[in-house]
Amino acid sequence: MSSKKTRILIAKPGLDGHDRGAKFIARALRDEGYEVIYTGIRQTPEAIVQTAIQEDVDFVGLSLLSGAHNELFPRVVDLLKENGAEDIKVIGGGIIPEEDIPLLKEKGVLAVFGPGTSTEQIVEFIEHGSGR
Amino acid sequence: MDLVDNIRRGDVRAIARAISLIEDLEPEAELLADSLFPDTGRAVILGVTGSPGAGKSTLVDRLITLERQSGHKVAVIAIDPSSPFSGGAILGDRLRMQEHATDPGVFIRSMASRGFLGGVAAATGDVLKVLDAAGYDTIFIETIGVGQTEVKIVELSDIVLLVLMPGAGDEIQAMKAGVMEIGDIFIINKKDMPGADKLRMEVEYVLSFKNPGHNTVTNPIVMTSAANDEGIELLWEAIARHRQEIAGSGTLEQKRRYRLERELLGVLDRKIHQLMDVRIEVSKQLPDWVDTLYRRKVCPYALINEQIQNFLKEGRDDRTN
Amino acid sequence: MPLPEELKKKKKDWEETTLREVISRYPERKTEFVTGSDKTVDPLYLPESFSAQEYLEKQGFPGCYPFTRGVQPTMYRGRLWTMRQYAGFGAAEESNQRYRFLLEQGQTGLSVAFDLPTQIGYDSDDPRAEGEVGKVGVAIDTLRDMEILFDGIPLDRISTSMTINAPAAILLAMYIVVAETKGIRKDKLRGTIQNDILKEYIARGTYIFPPAPSMRLITDVFAYCTREVPQWNTISISGYHIREAGSDASQEVAFTLANGIEYVRAAVKAGLTVDDFAGRLSFFFNAHNDLLEEVAKFRAARRIWARIMKERFNATDPKSLMLRFHTQTGGSTLTAQQPDNNIVRVAIQALAAVLGGTQSLHTNSREEALALPAEESVRLALRTQQVLAYESGITSTVDPLAGSYYIEALTDRIELEVWQYIDRIEALGGMVPSILKGYVQKQIQEAAFRTQKDIEKGERVVVGINKFQMEEKRPENLLRVDPAIRQVQTDKLSQVKRSRNSSRVQHSLSALRQGAKQDDVNLLPLILEAVREYATLGEICRVLRDEFGEHKETIVL
Repeated sequence: MSSKKTRILIAKPGLDGHDRGAKFIARALRDEGYEVIYTGIRQTPEAIVQTAIQEDVDFVGLSLLSGAHNELFPRVVDLLKENGAEDIKVIGGGIIPEEDIPLLKEKGVLAVFGPGTSTEQIVEFIEHGSGR
Repeated sequence: MDLVDNIRRGDVRAIARAISLIEDLEPEAELLADSLFPDTGRAVILGVTGSPGAGKSTLVDRLITLERQSGHKVAVIAIDPSSPFSGGAILGDRLRMQEHATDPGVFIRSMASRGFLGGVAAATGDVLKVLDAAGYDTIFIETIGVGQTEVKIVELSDIVLLVLMPGAGDEIQAMKAGVMEIGDIFIINKKDMPGADKLRMEVEYVLSFKNPGHNTVTNPIVMTSAANDEGIELLWEAIARHRQEIAGSGTLEQKRRYRLERELLGVLDRKIHQLMDVRIEVSKQLPDWVDTLYRRKVCPYALINEQIQNFLKEGRDDRTN
Repeated sequence: MPLPEELKKKKKDWEETTLREVISRYPERKTEFVTGSDKTVDPLYLPESFSAQEYLEKQGFPGCYPFTRGVQPTMYRGRLWTMRQYAGFGAAEESNQRYRFLLEQGQTGLSVAFDLPTQIGYDSDDPRAEGEVGKVGVAIDTLRDMEILFDGIPLDRISTSMTINAPAAILLAMYIVVAETKGIRKDKLRGTIQNDILKEYIARGTYIFPPAPSMRLITDVFAYCTREVPQWNTISISGYHIREAGSDASQEVAFTLANGIEYVRAAVKAGLTVDDFAGRLSFFFNAHNDLLEEVAKFRAARRIWARIMKERFNATDPKSLMLRFHTQTGGSTLTAQQPDNNIVRVAIQALAAVLGGTQSLHTNSREEALALPAEESVRLALRTQQVLAYESGITSTVDPLAGSYYIEALTDRIELEVWQYIDRIEALGGMVPSILKGYVQKQIQEAAFRTQKDIEKGERVVVGINKFQMEEKRPENLLRVDPAIRQVQTDKLSQVKRSRNSSRVQHSLSALRQGAKQDDVNLLPLILEAVREYATLGEICRVLRDEFGEHKETIVL
């Protein structure tokens, strides 16, 4: 009998301190049965990646509203790869213009959830859309 | 096993993956735990418990710093309850230790209780083996000190740090039920809050009842304010002294033998349970059994005894065939 | 005198006949109607009473205690609110252009947005600034950037509000020095620094130092400005962000005023006399969707603060009792979907702010859920204010909604709830302990979680999100900050560092370090010295970080 749970790291890279969305999604995902590790604001990409590896998460969810996503999201993806953890899936959320999404995906971010996304959509992706 | 070799070399990814195998109750976990077992017994296990809000994580964070300064590799297992409704969990303890996130000599893992009573303790025991074999010198297990599950976890420790804080009212009363018994070092955190001295006296009072005959080591009480970095050095010294005491007096060996005994019995328990579950299909039959019991058509002991008889008969039949 | 029996009886008659008759044929759309803050709304409100005494106690006259109806006797008949659009992005040159544009379009005051590295005391070349330079506001590293930012802007005729908190003293110092070089004396300067660290711990996250040294910096600013920059608003005690983090209307007011209490206490403890500095405290609130609840909220806030200042702090100067505030329409109410709807939302929210008696107003632009606004969008946001001011007629009289039975009932109810929160916080030992214990954050999070769940369940309608959705084309021409800005700023920094006098910089930083070690030294003069020598923001903050330490997040999940 397996007791396997999906583990998700919700992280806020960079200097942005607006955590309402991140805290909401952490709680909502917990209510959906996932194990969520939340590490607070002002996390460097290095800290996020080490945390993801130690916690052996399935997903890293990056929340960012300050416009620094084009720099910081790919950085996380790259660091995961450098540390032999490219199987950990990276998704992003926050204020991310649609026109930036194709580039982020090219750089290895699997999905981006902008404003107006519902919990249901994220769960749908985790369960069915992420190619697990 | 590649994984085992990598763990012995201290590869973080391998350690993390191994922990997942164990907490997911994967079949490979048993062989893994046994493969690592010969390399265990070196690490010192410090259990940290106390009610929520007492400042355990902050204390551990400060202790990690001191451990690292003395050249030790440190691991932390932070355990939080899973939601009984959804089965999920928010694991936020490591947040207070995040400044160590990029230190290669520190490994922090958050674990959810996942709802099984004896299960968490079993998983944690095997997780400790992974970290021990990987070369961590000091391993903290951090958990909330209420209920039997947490008491079991704390039994896995060489030294138990009980963290209390003033203003929690009748905390001592609740704590008396078991946890006070197993605390080795008592920490009164947030010592700047009113009631700290009163709490200290209460703790001293309760400790004075600990059977002097059995209690061959002293139980220090340390006042700290982790958030203000006060009392941490004192605490660390108290821990070091306690380590020496229990090593010298043979208490440590006693504790570890006892722990192995409990582990063995736990494995036996679970194995029999699993075996029976498979052989007499407990889960499948349970609803029907409960039904017949409810209608008073059969009695509990008789029902189980019959199942066991059938099981033994099958075994005999298997062998003769 | 309570409601006449006759009126009560008539109401009951009405409910049992006319109302019941209609409801039996046409039931109401919902079983319960609630405000934006989830509070029940009755089908009908009647006057609570007809009593001159009660009117005088609870409403009074505008410009007089308890100021419920407004802080000035003439309000907008005398002077319109300041139209003050928050702006800033990229390098100082670009923001300067935007400020000039806004002033040309009729804006009456400046409001500076700084980027995150600046707000958190890092220079643009700091590794922590990667990706963040110039994104959410203008990048200011040295006095040089500040000089460029205000180039061609008459600081003696324009008031400037700066949204800066942890390093507020430093940015204020830079502003003062820039004015100096333009020949403008500091006693002529008008403006505001947000300087509200408590709400950073609660809801915004751009803190640097722990609470105690942060309060010291704030009271140093109070003391310095009282003497040297008397027309300056030394703090903008903010509820906007608390509301954005998900609180309801009563919590927004309660936690803001509780923060206010903490600041006044700290200043008094530092030796200042209440009436000397209290007149320069200002506030900053959110204008949310529920128009009528918001109007009631502002009125309640004024009444409560007046009473707090009078009864708890024994202030006697009327200026000390007045709650003067800036308002921003609620950013979190805007949607990325169907952005034009946001124009309508902002108009309604701006209406609420004006009907609520705000002194100054920022209106959001249509695409703000996606990016910083383009010129046309921010101009339209400004026009929204101008239409309200000149065409809507609501400025012709003071506090026009007063006397509305619903508004007065709501004002009273919000007041009651606010007092309950304030009492709870006092019982916990004041705002600082309440924040460190996580009480405040927990209240906000619970409210935020409920609201989001209601939206996801469809119980709270957001047009375009869970109702009236449609397929849309991706929005185009969004403002983008050139990523090269980091390099531009880094080069500028090198240049400044080459051309300044290094030994004088070091000297000034040492003096600052010494001053920081002593509680009774006002740091403003020392900061001014460092700023004059072109010490960078990062260098100055580094000294303070060393001496004060850094605050670690209080996590409440």
